[in-house]
Amino acid sequence: MAKDERTTEFRLIGTRPNRPDGLDKVTGRARYGADMTLPGMLFAAVVRSPHAHARILKIDASAALALDGVKAVVTRADFPTGLTGEDWNLQENSMAGDVALYDGHAVAAVAATSRLLAEDAAKLIKVDYEVLPHVIDVDDAIRPDAPVVRTGAADHSVPAGSPPNVVKCVDFGHGDIEAGFAAADLVREHTYKTEATHQGYIEPHACVAQLGADGKGEMWVCTQGQWYIRRMCAAVLGIDASGLRVTPSEIGGGFGGKTIIFMEPLALALSRKAGGRPVKLVMSRSDVLRATGPTASASMDVKLGMTKDGKLTAAKVNFRMQGGAFLGASPVGEALSCALACYDIPAVQHDGVEVLANRPKAAAYRAPGSPMAAFAVESLLDEMCHELGLDPLDVRLKNAVHEGVKASYGPTYAKIGLVEVLEATKAHPNLLAKLGPNQGRGIASGFWFNHGGETSVSLAIGEDGTVTVSAGTPDIGGSRASLALMVAETLGIEYEAVRVNIVETGALGVNEPSHGSRATFATGKAAVEAARQAIGEMCRRAAKEWGIEEEAVVWKDGAAMPAGPNAGQFPPMTIAEIGAKMGGNGGPISGHHETNAEGVGASFGAHVVDVEVDPETGRTTILRYLVVQDAGRAIHPAYVEGQYQGGAVQGIGWALNEEYVYGANGRLQNAVFLDYRIPVASDLPMIDTVIVEVPNPGHPYGVRGVGETGITPPLPAIANAVAMATGARIRSLPLSPPKVLAAIKAKGRG
Amino acid sequence: MSKIHVSAVVNGDPVDFLADPRESLLDCLRDQLGLTGSKEGCGTGDCGACSVTVDGVLVCSCLVLGVEAEGKAIGTVEGISQGSTLHPLQRKFIEHAALQCGFCTPGILVAAKALLDQNASPTETEVRYWLAGNLCRCTGYDKIVRAVMDAASEMREAV
Repeated sequence: MAKDERTTEFRLIGTRPNRPDGLDKVTGRARYGADMTLPGMLFAAVVRSPHAHARILKIDASAALALDGVKAVVTRADFPTGLTGEDWNLQENSMAGDVALYDGHAVAAVAATSRLLAEDAAKLIKVDYEVLPHVIDVDDAIRPDAPVVRTGAADHSVPAGSPPNVVKCVDFGHGDIEAGFAAADLVREHTYKTEATHQGYIEPHACVAQLGADGKGEMWVCTQGQWYIRRMCAAVLGIDASGLRVTPSEIGGGFGGKTIIFMEPLALALSRKAGGRPVKLVMSRSDVLRATGPTASASMDVKLGMTKDGKLTAAKVNFRMQGGAFLGASPVGEALSCALACYDIPAVQHDGVEVLANRPKAAAYRAPGSPMAAFAVESLLDEMCHELGLDPLDVRLKNAVHEGVKASYGPTYAKIGLVEVLEATKAHPNLLAKLGPNQGRGIASGFWFNHGGETSVSLAIGEDGTVTVSAGTPDIGGSRASLALMVAETLGIEYEAVRVNIVETGALGVNEPSHGSRATFATGKAAVEAARQAIGEMCRRAAKEWGIEEEAVVWKDGAAMPAGPNAGQFPPMTIAEIGAKMGGNGGPISGHHETNAEGVGASFGAHVVDVEVDPETGRTTILRYLVVQDAGRAIHPAYVEGQYQGGAVQGIGWALNEEYVYGANGRLQNAVFLDYRIPVASDLPMIDTVIVEVPNPGHPYGVRGVGETGITPPLPAIANAVAMATGARIRSLPLSPPKVLAAIKAKGRG
Repeated sequence: MSKIHVSAVVNGDPVDFLADPRESLLDCLRDQLGLTGSKEGCGTGDCGACSVTVDGVLVCSCLVLGVEAEGKAIGTVEGISQGSTLHPLQRKFIEHAALQCGFCTPGILVAAKALLDQNASPTETEVRYWLAGNLCRCTGYDKIVRAVMDAASEMREAV
């Protein structure tokens, strides 16, 4: 396919070849978590608490165990005791101890010879509960007289005398905040709220796990990080990490929600108790919504100071977030760090608390914390622009961070692309579209740090000169294609000559999960280094063959060539020729690189949305949508666009429809896709994209990472557009039709 | 509960299996016949990942009982290509990068083929409404809609 114009300096980088896993995925051959079957396999079912908070008085599994074909039942008594910190959190979230902490909390699990038998057996496990008072909402949970979720969970950052559910406090900032607000012509302060949402991957969590009495086992599982979940399962079960071999299946979406464990330890514990027979455990959608994922809910105060010509002088944010019943699960620190990261503000102050509530343990969700923070800050910024009669895009440009500016969260920015993003946004034809009655246009910026992290990659030259790359970051958005492009570009060979495999935990050193927009950046960087190492060895082999110094050999267009005084003396030796000879010329040739990848380049984006709000129903329709984001460099532009579009639509869902709805009894009321409504094709227009490229100097091809930022701007951009369309400013999400209608009516009365 | 013998035709091949009366057609396809291309995303007919055709009618196979397949012709994603020749929809999905994780892809391909079998020239709006029962969380649908439109266009030209 034709090379995109913007990257003409490369042969392959910036082209759009077919993805290597495409054929398997359009023919149904690709194997996901639930698609594995092993000889002698048992099937598992899980018993879950129907109460938001309840003491477990007694578990009687005798009737279940009496059924023919039921092979094992496990409860918390089958797990080791004495765990601390995050290991305890993971164990407790996998299986309740003395107290069920949320609706859907696992209490027992059973393995049997068929799925239906396991489900029948689960219904026969009798659990006696003493129901305890519960608390769900973040603002309710922070009250001094709130039901106490757990005592003793707070860390050392919490001052004595704090409300009982406050478990963590964060504060940081710089500059003279009082002087900053004094220098402003307009100071405004408001409170904003977002509800919990779920990552909503279409593939429910699934695994096939096997564990023997000797502590050795293996697991096939859909995960974003095989090494991380290996360590977590080992800790929760009290076995050695190296005793467990974890093979990642194809993954049917993750978005952060498959970076940690949920039901995996239950399957392993069942297998161990059932004499080491493999156990398949597949979660239902309802279990996925009740007991995995969600992101935090947030309550946020923002105060901004602005001069009459639109310069920000000071900003103060105070966030309260709940991430379920477990310390450290909310992204309050990230939310604070992202809140003001787009703007150069002389004085900033950030304060936040994490609060426990009777909800499942929050997991990462695409740019954790950033979307909520952006909703609050970018909404207030928009209000102030309108109050001062300023163009919201110009104000963002006027305050935009750039290289050399001290970031709101501390460090000084290296080369970044927010200004270029905002200028490209300003030049886009979507901004010229005329708006009709009940229509509005909203704009917002967004930020994510991006991430490097622990990375280990191997690469081997085949006997025919084709290349195999072993990578440890599961492919959640086309990374096998981008890795193959970078390796082929570096080696000077064809894209099709490189096969990238995502490998099991025994094959490489520890890799962090595919999270934080790190796979193409960090695994790509390591793969390029591994390719360079292999090139060095291939040049040595050619030098040996030719009888010249290895320094006198260069690598060009997929072949070793004599250089310097020997230039032209020998014909180029291609990678295929070197591969064919390597057995008798020194043995196998490979490259390997491991690193804690540095040189991360921050990511900025801006979105513009046009909406129409039906004044009779309050329903919001997206008319036009534009995503502009700095990719650093787009290795495979089609999958960069895909990340922009997918992130934007998740953000649209968060803004308009998605929320966890709890009843007064603390039970989740909308634990099916019919009621937890994610965007469908008929809700949306095409999602326009502009890829800005301000190369990251910390990556050999300039990659920044593109996955996260796109979910951040839609929340405020849509709220800003709805405010323009209706004249009503709504400071809580989602902007569901009843809420918008009520706001329109209230405005009419006011 | 005793199982019931079912004879059906799946992707043109005669099959026999024993179904528990509580098992869905999806469970039977996946667990009894080893056809794991059809996926379970919800089990409640909301996500469309299990879409198949029964005597040419598009259904969610999680909402059909396995025993209802008796005497029926079932079409799944595994039957869309002709041998190693891909259906235009399959080719266009790869070319347009219309899939990321790929989990919803089998159901969307089955549903899109059912659309094009009855409407050779769907508008963008018709494609979007036809596929409104197939959830995709990765792509935002943009490239999926383009791939379906492009496949339809190529199939019209080929006639």
